[in-house]
Amino acid sequence: MSREALPGRRIRIGFAALVAAAAPSLASALPIWMKLPENVSTYGGQIDGLFRLILWITGVIFVVVEALLLFFLFRYRHREGRVPRYTHGSNRLEVIWTIVPAAICVILALLSRRSWAEIKQNIPQQAMNIEVTAEQFAWNIRYPGPDGKLDTSDDVVTLNQLHFPVGRAVVVTLHSKDVIHSFFLPEFRVKQDAVPGMTTRIWFEATRVGHWEIACAELCGLGHFRMKGFVTVETPEEFDRWLAETAREASS
Amino acid sequence: MAGGDRQGGKLMSSTIAVAHELPPGVHAAPTSFWRKYIFSLDHKVIGKQYLFYALFMLVIGGLLATLVRWQLAWPGRPIGFMGKLAPEGMPNGVMLPEFYNSLFTMHATIMIFFAIMPILIGAFGNFVVPLQIGARDMAFPTLNMLSFWTAVPGAILIIWSFFITGGAAQGGWTSYAPLSAVMPRGQTIWLISLLVLGISSLLTAVNFITTIINLRAPGMTFFRMPLTVWALFITAVLLLLALPVLSGAMIMLLFDRVLGTTFFLPRGLVVSGQALTNAGGGQPLLWQHLFWFFGHPEVYIMILPAMGITSEILPVFSRKPIFGYRAMAYSIMGIAGLGWIVWGHHMFQSGMNPILGTTFMISTMVIAVPSAIKTFNWLGTLWGGNITFTTPMLNALSFVSMFVIGGLSGIFMASTPVDIYIHDTYFIVGHIHYVLFGGSLFGAFAGLYFWYPKMFGRRMSETWGKVHWAITFVAFNCVFFPMHFLGMRGMQRRIYDYTQYAHLKGLQPLNQFMTISLFVLGTAQLILVLNFFLSMRRGERVGPNPWKSNTLEWQTSSPPPHENFSEIPVVYRGPYEYSAPERGADDHWPQNEPPTGRPATAHG
Repeated sequence: MSREALPGRRIRIGFAALVAAAAPSLASALPIWMKLPENVSTYGGQIDGLFRLILWITGVIFVVVEALLLFFLFRYRHREGRVPRYTHGSNRLEVIWTIVPAAICVILALLSRRSWAEIKQNIPQQAMNIEVTAEQFAWNIRYPGPDGKLDTSDDVVTLNQLHFPVGRAVVVTLHSKDVIHSFFLPEFRVKQDAVPGMTTRIWFEATRVGHWEIACAELCGLGHFRMKGFVTVETPEEFDRWLAETAREASS
Repeated sequence: MAGGDRQGGKLMSSTIAVAHELPPGVHAAPTSFWRKYIFSLDHKVIGKQYLFYALFMLVIGGLLATLVRWQLAWPGRPIGFMGKLAPEGMPNGVMLPEFYNSLFTMHATIMIFFAIMPILIGAFGNFVVPLQIGARDMAFPTLNMLSFWTAVPGAILIIWSFFITGGAAQGGWTSYAPLSAVMPRGQTIWLISLLVLGISSLLTAVNFITTIINLRAPGMTFFRMPLTVWALFITAVLLLLALPVLSGAMIMLLFDRVLGTTFFLPRGLVVSGQALTNAGGGQPLLWQHLFWFFGHPEVYIMILPAMGITSEILPVFSRKPIFGYRAMAYSIMGIAGLGWIVWGHHMFQSGMNPILGTTFMISTMVIAVPSAIKTFNWLGTLWGGNITFTTPMLNALSFVSMFVIGGLSGIFMASTPVDIYIHDTYFIVGHIHYVLFGGSLFGAFAGLYFWYPKMFGRRMSETWGKVHWAITFVAFNCVFFPMHFLGMRGMQRRIYDYTQYAHLKGLQPLNQFMTISLFVLGTAQLILVLNFFLSMRRGERVGPNPWKSNTLEWQTSSPPPHENFSEIPVVYRGPYEYSAPERGADDHWPQNEPPTGRPATAHG
């Protein structure tokens, strides 16, 4: 390596080190709209992880492709007397840029498949069951009463109030009375359409207590924008107390 | 030898008396104003009619988008004059939620069916295909005229629906049942309008396929066709096979609405507290399967022609052959083939069996590959070229750079788990706009600047074209890129007032920035409109071949005569032979120039 190349190389390494060191603090300095909202479900981290992985992969491809494009535009801009390269292509290159993107896509699909199966296919057996029936423009939520079973006379019913305990898997059985709605819990990375005439089951588990919202994500009519519900995640004791109280209020 | 004799090599336009004996695609020159400009059989006139039609609808669609974005930037803030213009939807200028729903429904419907498709297929397809394959006209000129005049009532109906009781359709452009089955009357008009328009598109598709297969000039083999023709050929095949599925679904929905059938209505529906007496036995997801079985090929119907236009323009202004011509043609076919097995990716969260979701994820990941091949071949075309930055080139390059973003953002939603979160959010809206505006519309702009001299015999102002391009490019990104951020925050699409939600707090400044950028973007289009109309009178006159292009449309006068070519050309080589070493200083080599150097014709 020649001596002249060294300073340039040092600067590059220094710059890379600087970027690496600054990246975490830069991430926290980003404005709110450049970040995913807080994740509070057990599997939400997998979704965010896949999102970030794809962001990195597509980000690198994006930068390389656009940089090449700009470089070619600059390097091969019109000059009198420039003789363009008379070529019809290269089979080797075609094979490379067919196989590499295909491999990346297949790997992403395989990685995604595992999380997808865990989230949507393997619904836990030992879980708390809640039934949610959507209608224009509200969420009817039904909890099992003291007998621990749904669809019995002691069920507890609320409107737009979804409570569940932290640290326990919850299985929601979704229905709709009228049109298609979509049950969306942004902070839990949960979204599932509620389709009339169909029963759909989904599950999630909260990692901490707190207050969030249910949003409707599928256009369902003129009140779609205000079809909002409220999520309260509590300790198991608080939840039991709330459920008993709600049951008492309903029966009185 | 493809059909040279059947077109009549030396027919002259004055032989009106024998009009009924003319071979397919050939008809006498019209003499009356009506037959020349209104009910014309000439593909060039019909192409221009489609162009005006699409540009007009583009303006309407854009204005609707402006109203949508106004509400998103300043929810509930009145617009004085709209109170008078739309007193029912915007009393005292304040937008009602149902009117908001109509606005985005109609914006998407008009842009997709009445602007993008007509400009790419109706306008450029009609104008360019017969010229580029060396034909005198389309195979069925009367059918072509009918195509256009069937599209007109479709547009009138859809605009009229704004003025009926209950307003225009509010169910989104996807019109998911059962919502679309219980919506006010505007939805019925929407269905009828699109059914009528569907007939028009089918006629066009049949005409394109027949023309491209049968009327190619002698020597114009399939693999000597310009890539625009390839793209439009495959687009027409997709149209022919996809549209009947949509039409079938729309007829079923129409029956559900007016005849009391229950294709999409399950048992026990209770809407607004009232039990639907005629509901039972139907399946709402059936609509989604039918709609997206059409809808995903439809996305490619809107992007393939723009890819073709880009593949046409990059070699011309790089002065070198397209990189990987066959790979380009095969990847168009690959996209068209795979396009039939990916529709389920719109339905990952619909309640469809999750195992089916996995198979659709895999096919969707695979369809990214042909698009990647095309992008790399465009880069390969630029590599080692001698690039001039004309207005068509700037817009075609914008297509490449913006389509990359639209393609890459698609990978996020192809991944089923990530789609759980971003489905039905602004991330999707951002993605579709990078494909349809960043892709299709920049492609259409490129085609407009490129073929304008051929259409009108004059050039559009390059200076104003560049101003238009620069503002459009920057403002476009300011409007649409932040949509990805909104989607990352979980902002749902199609909501009238997002400030209701805790998780969407703090997004208003960003939304305002996007809306102000849209005002800039919209205003910049006035430059295009003025440039377009003023150049017809004042633009610099050009000869037959102002860009020194190889394809056949540039080897006849600008604008071409009634029958396109005085004599049918004979094709000796592929369309992109730029800077061939044996040509020396002459860096172009027209497709019809015989190896000896003297242009020949079929009978010459």
